[in-house]
Amino acid sequence: MIRRTPFSAVTMAAVRPLAAAGIAVAFALAAIPSRAAAQVAVRAETLYTMAGPAINDGVVLIGRDGKIERVGPASQVRIPDGYRVLTAKVATPGLVDAHTVVGLSGYLNQPHEQDHLDRTNAIQPELRAFDAYNAEEALVRWLREHGVTTIHTGHGPGALMSGQTMVVKTRGRTVEEALVDSVTMVAMTLGPEVSANYNGRPGTRAKGMALVRAEFIKARDYAKRRKAADESRQPARDLKLEILARVLDGEIPALITAQRATEILAALRLQKEFGFRLILDGAAEAYLVLDEIKAAGIPVILHPTMARHTGSLENATFETAVRLRNAGIPFALQSGYEAYVPKTRVVLFEAAAATTYGLSTEDALAAVTIDAARIIGQDRRVGSLERGKDGDVVLFDGDPFEFTSHVCGVIIEGQVVSETCR
Amino acid sequence: MYHDRGPEMSRARWILLTLCLAVVSPAGAQERPLAFRGARILPITSAPIENGVLVVQGGRIVAVGPADRVAIPNNAEVHDVSGKVIMPGLVDTHSHIGGGDGGDRSDSMHGDVRVIDALDARHESIQKAQAGGITTANIMPGSGLLMSGQTAYVKLRDGRTIYDLLICKDVLSQICGGLKMANGTNPRGEPPRPGTRAKAAAQVRALFIKAQEYRDRIKAANGDESRLPQRDLELETLVEVLEGKRIVHHHTHRHDDILTVLRLQREFGFRLVLHHVSEAWKVADEIARSGVPASIIVLDAPGGKLEAIDVSNENGAALERAGALVGFHTDDGITDSRFFLRSAALAVRAGMSRDAALYGMTMAGARILDLQDRIGSLEVGKDADFIVLSGDPLSVRTRVEQTWVEGVKVFDLADPADRAYAVGGHKVSRPTVSFHHHDMEGHE
Repeated sequence: MIRRTPFSAVTMAAVRPLAAAGIAVAFALAAIPSRAAAQVAVRAETLYTMAGPAINDGVVLIGRDGKIERVGPASQVRIPDGYRVLTAKVATPGLVDAHTVVGLSGYLNQPHEQDHLDRTNAIQPELRAFDAYNAEEALVRWLREHGVTTIHTGHGPGALMSGQTMVVKTRGRTVEEALVDSVTMVAMTLGPEVSANYNGRPGTRAKGMALVRAEFIKARDYAKRRKAADESRQPARDLKLEILARVLDGEIPALITAQRATEILAALRLQKEFGFRLILDGAAEAYLVLDEIKAAGIPVILHPTMARHTGSLENATFETAVRLRNAGIPFALQSGYEAYVPKTRVVLFEAAAATTYGLSTEDALAAVTIDAARIIGQDRRVGSLERGKDGDVVLFDGDPFEFTSHVCGVIIEGQVVSETCR
Repeated sequence: MYHDRGPEMSRARWILLTLCLAVVSPAGAQERPLAFRGARILPITSAPIENGVLVVQGGRIVAVGPADRVAIPNNAEVHDVSGKVIMPGLVDTHSHIGGGDGGDRSDSMHGDVRVIDALDARHESIQKAQAGGITTANIMPGSGLLMSGQTAYVKLRDGRTIYDLLICKDVLSQICGGLKMANGTNPRGEPPRPGTRAKAAAQVRALFIKAQEYRDRIKAANGDESRLPQRDLELETLVEVLEGKRIVHHHTHRHDDILTVLRLQREFGFRLVLHHVSEAWKVADEIARSGVPASIIVLDAPGGKLEAIDVSNENGAALERAGALVGFHTDDGITDSRFFLRSAALAVRAGMSRDAALYGMTMAGARILDLQDRIGSLEVGKDADFIVLSGDPLSVRTRVEQTWVEGVKVFDLADPADRAYAVGGHKVSRPTVSFHHHDMEGHE
């Protein structure tokens, strides 16, 4: 349950360690009740572990704690008695969607369930993702049934700072049951669409940058003054500046949606000025500024392969993934934000489409498993099938990327959460 | 090949282009036979042919069959396409390429409005559709009105003007497309648009009754000009509909809205195609029994549009089982023309048979547009509209390598300019406003 006491102790690993500055995390969660997960074994003709080459006739054993016990070829890993055995042509780690708004932007597309963007103010980094997540949203289920087990979701693109993001598993009735990481990034957007969403405040892209810089400078000053030895001289708590101070500390990365080359360079400029951890989002024109992105050492959560080539994506190409790969820039694929039909994309399909345009099967799989997990900071738990990691597995009846294949089983932490063939 | 990339296009290229068009038009004047050998050929109306030969001349198919049965003419230009797959050009039964528009908010019904009066033959969306393997499209006005106007049946030739693309030869004397209608939530609004579903049906019925009376008055005049009613452009169009000369292409999502359209069709007896049919799976038997074809869209996820939340990719399978004729559409930009083949693959994923899905992408589309005698399959005498694929049409790894319309190559992945349309890139698309459903669906 979410406690409102601001300085309560943190009880869950999901919540990041307290910032050095002593800024307390605003909520805590009761431990998830242990699920009576059975011991499960998956045996697949081809097992992509994403921690080494694919294994022919591979086995994954998942224990009662939902963690992976063993992975290896069936010739070496005996399935103990009492395990529920699921078989598949192909199995992969649970898919990781590196950026979505599912759970906040509902599938009805009606104002009452569009919670990814508040339009009263273009700068609201204090908005928390877990305060708006609907675990029972139809699209969460849709993603789950298509093999997506972990999503980095929350506030969407469209504001200079729209709010926070989080990482959840696509299971559970409540956000508490789904939660993996409560505050993952602060979502920011640079570009003309911000002006459209906020009635011309800011009215231009350059003005938007000026506002963002001013906010970070305020936050830097705030963090300093909060450390004053004399408590009476400390400024009053300010939720907005508090979260930005954590960004400036390097505790929480900024996720900056920047599609055009102009905006990508602006994001890199901001990062250089303030030194925060940056993850580029969208990055449709990344192929025009590969050297700059590479030199800055910034990872990219690329727009969906099949995103429409309109608006700020008018110069997008289906080949940006392979160009990032060839440039050696770490990247992941995302389902992104959709304003209309379809209300979400599915990273399984987006990775598949990337293979049409030159990305290898292994690299495309990595972009929706281990590489995505690394970029969202969850590679110790998800993204590959390795001993000790979460028992999240997807079972396919054929080549995972063929559009005519099906996801026929999904396991999250040892629980079989879907057995319909989708 | 024709690539209008804007002002950077050189003068020399323009001259070359003009010459090319002079040679290829009228459509299908290519004289030297072209022979394609070595491919797996999917004629659609007959069994797949391994190691097939396709011979085209004068814009038509002159031979198709196995290599040991089809002689390649001596003077033929031979294309070795070993290892490739050839199938008919794809038929997109509902698209918004070409940047067109339709009726405005001055009325809820615009039978007099023609999409051809607003189409841009040089729009890059047409090149992109060629890259997706589409050779024939039904370009429609939007769905924000009960009747948004006349549609255009086009071949995706490389054209300078819309006349180069239209299938009809003379826009002033011929019927060059269907009639777009819509029900459900999109056409609702402030008057003169209807506020409810029942009001919408009443408005449509009243107009069709007027058209019946108009038709009867013309008949009664029996050629006597003094007794003819005053010309009414909208009613003239509806008379074409009543006489079965112009097909109604009807946007409809909810199952009750689908039944409303079928009811109107029974009352007035027009030829009809149901489009989108998001809830077709709920009334598949009713659709099949009516004999009305359906054109479906396949999507990555449900939702985004309240009246369509029950959309299912299983619609294709359900309609096939019920025995209905099923075609496909992109509704471009709802889905991108370059991913049209993927629609068939996703329909198969959701239970449709491979044969019905491939038929749906080609021959069913031809029948839906009443063009079954010219396009939709690889048969002798039909238009030489075909695509060369790198592999199986339903595989994600397959690329459309070439698109041919009436014996003329309009897309070649090996050509850098064509390739740019196929994959996108800097300045491939002209500047647009952000994609928004208002643009495509004519919402409030």
